[in-house]
Amino acid sequence: MVFMQNILEVNHLKKSFATQKAVDDVSFNIAEGSIFGMLGPNGAGKTTLLRMITGIFYQDEGTITFDGTPFNPSKDIMRIGYMPEERGLYKKMNIGDQALYLARLKGLSKKDALEKIRYWFKRLEMESWWNKKVQDLSKGMSQKLQFVTTILHDPRLIILDEPFSGLDPLNANLIKDEIFRLAKNGRTIIFSTHRMEQVEEICDHIILINKGSKILDGSVKQVKQDFKENQFKVGFEKDPGEIEENDIFEIVQHDDDAIVLKIHEGYRPHDVLQYLLARKHEIVAFHEILPSLNEIFIRLVEGTPLARQFNIIDA
Amino acid sequence: MNKIGLIIEREYMTRVKRKSFLLTTILVPIVIIGFYAVIIAVSISGESNTQQVAILDEANLFNGVITSAKNDKTTYTFIHNETEQSFKNKYSKEGYTLFLYISPFKNDSPGQIKVHSQAAMNIFAKSELEKKINDAVEKKRLQLANIDPAIYKTIKADVDIENIIDSGKGEKTGVAGVAYAVSFIAGILIYMILLIYGTMVMRGVMEEKTNRIAEVIVSSAKPFQLMMGKIIGIGAVGLTQFAIWIVLMGTLQLIIPLIFPDLFQHFSNPEITNAAGQAGSGKLYILVEGLHSLPILKIVFCFIFYFLGGYMLYAALFAAVGSVVSEDQQEAQQLVFPVIMPLILGFVIMTKAINSPDSGLAIFGSLFPLTSPIVMMGRIAYDVPWWQLLLSMIFLLLGFLFFTWLTAKIYRTSILLYGKKITWKEMWKWLIRKT
Repeated sequence: MVFMQNILEVNHLKKSFATQKAVDDVSFNIAEGSIFGMLGPNGAGKTTLLRMITGIFYQDEGTITFDGTPFNPSKDIMRIGYMPEERGLYKKMNIGDQALYLARLKGLSKKDALEKIRYWFKRLEMESWWNKKVQDLSKGMSQKLQFVTTILHDPRLIILDEPFSGLDPLNANLIKDEIFRLAKNGRTIIFSTHRMEQVEEICDHIILINKGSKILDGSVKQVKQDFKENQFKVGFEKDPGEIEENDIFEIVQHDDDAIVLKIHEGYRPHDVLQYLLARKHEIVAFHEILPSLNEIFIRLVEGTPLARQFNIIDA
Repeated sequence: MNKIGLIIEREYMTRVKRKSFLLTTILVPIVIIGFYAVIIAVSISGESNTQQVAILDEANLFNGVITSAKNDKTTYTFIHNETEQSFKNKYSKEGYTLFLYISPFKNDSPGQIKVHSQAAMNIFAKSELEKKINDAVEKKRLQLANIDPAIYKTIKADVDIENIIDSGKGEKTGVAGVAYAVSFIAGILIYMILLIYGTMVMRGVMEEKTNRIAEVIVSSAKPFQLMMGKIIGIGAVGLTQFAIWIVLMGTLQLIIPLIFPDLFQHFSNPEITNAAGQAGSGKLYILVEGLHSLPILKIVFCFIFYFLGGYMLYAALFAAVGSVVSEDQQEAQQLVFPVIMPLILGFVIMTKAINSPDSGLAIFGSLFPLTSPIVMMGRIAYDVPWWQLLLSMIFLLLGFLFFTWLTAKIYRTSILLYGKKITWKEMWKWLIRKT
């Protein structure tokens, strides 16, 4: 994918509440048309960061550049769609009116708004909902409505905070497909979540935030390459039995018909295969094990209470 | 500006379209008028109901004869050979509704006079009986003193004092009771409006906060626009409700006399209105004249001004409270207390101000912006010096601007703070920090 320019540039952003530093000197760029993952545990400062990008909070220090010019909330928020983590809709308002109201607040005319709502409701099979009230919807349904109201005004930058929480796999896939389609049409998407595994397949680029600071920045592929530990998994036809110690690799884990091994410095996967084949082992699979983002995160914050917490979740 | 318009429109339309709005707006005046109509109808019909009064006249006050008016359907029966103790258990069984007992007189002055009844006696029947007994006692005394009743009638005095207000625009007839009533009603009305619509604003803000819609909206509009839009929208709902009430009340007042023609005849009967304690001076024309003596236009103008000014000021305060509260209803009650306090203070000063409209307390209360909407309405029917009125209005406007500026600071921050109890110390920090 070729990225034309940065739609958003964040430089040395700082924000503190009372004595607590919520966001501490964070910088990153987001290329137009990309899907950008903002990861971090709960309370890392993601929401504060997003609120500054959406003009809800003012930063204490640092600059935000939107589409080449300094971010001007009163003008630029029209081109941003923000779905907060804490979903919110008027419970007693009827759904069609609600979508219309939110779209008009974003500057659409009544006619345009109605047209857009009809299009999206039809697309996501929500047409029969028009006169229902939010309180009559299931959680998944109101999530879907929330997503639609976020993108109704066709924003150039779409910010989704935990978009899949509360969605069943079917609806999650539906939304995922829409996110891909929007990105393909040149919209930029910021995808904030603490569920690291969700972003691996979606995002082009990620940053990792912990305690208000950025601790990682790069493409998903690059990050995984950077953090890989030269581990491979070998599948056997039958239990290979004891594999004697050697210079090429060490065994990390030994299951019945598979082993996980770590290649020593100076050797290549090729050497491993040769070694195993020479000993007449019947190999059925051989692939590299890349660390998950979750593992990378744990490694980055190793030794802190947070890491232990994530380890438990992982296990 | 366009956004604030949209927000006002939503706040207004969602409330006006609600069934409960229609219900309260139409039902309240009907219920109020219906309630009064029922009270009046019941008390009047009670009076015209055929009452069977048994009289045990041990003083021989009536000499066994009692005169009653032509349309009086009450029958009076004198009982003999009974005592109060013996008859009080029997009268209802014998078909009497009331049992009047007159004990023997001592030195020609009435002793105990009692009426036994099964339920509380209605005031018309009571005043009717009292009148009859007083007349009889009077008659008896006149006879004893050897005075001709005709002469006595010419001696007896019945004086009404007319109050002339010497304002610059010539003389007007004033009626103390009317000014009092108008002031009191206007004051209470403003108090209730501030409380009811203020609470409505608070609930609306709390709804937005707990539903988390606030964050969605403030990513499209400024928090201040959201707050003002809500305040203005609900204020417009209030004005609409008033307009409908005034029209409905007017129509009902025209219609009711057509449906129940005899209902209002009784009102023009001074004795009954007197007995019911209506409006001080019983005569209807004096009441009307009293109303005319009041500066009606000034009162109406001030009512609208103080309604709007007071509402905007208090709505901002209530909005701030709503934004601070998390889900906890109990917390809301605690936090709303400091806002309701000045309202109650205003109400208390108002009740004092009606009795002495030019006292220092009354003047202070009608200038201080947190109490002035209520207290000034309590003084308005009496001539308030124009400089005080002007000053009070200016203070109210300044107060509105000040409190809106202040509360907007709290609102902006706290509307997005979920699940966290906000302390007074924190609120104070938001107030003093620079934007």
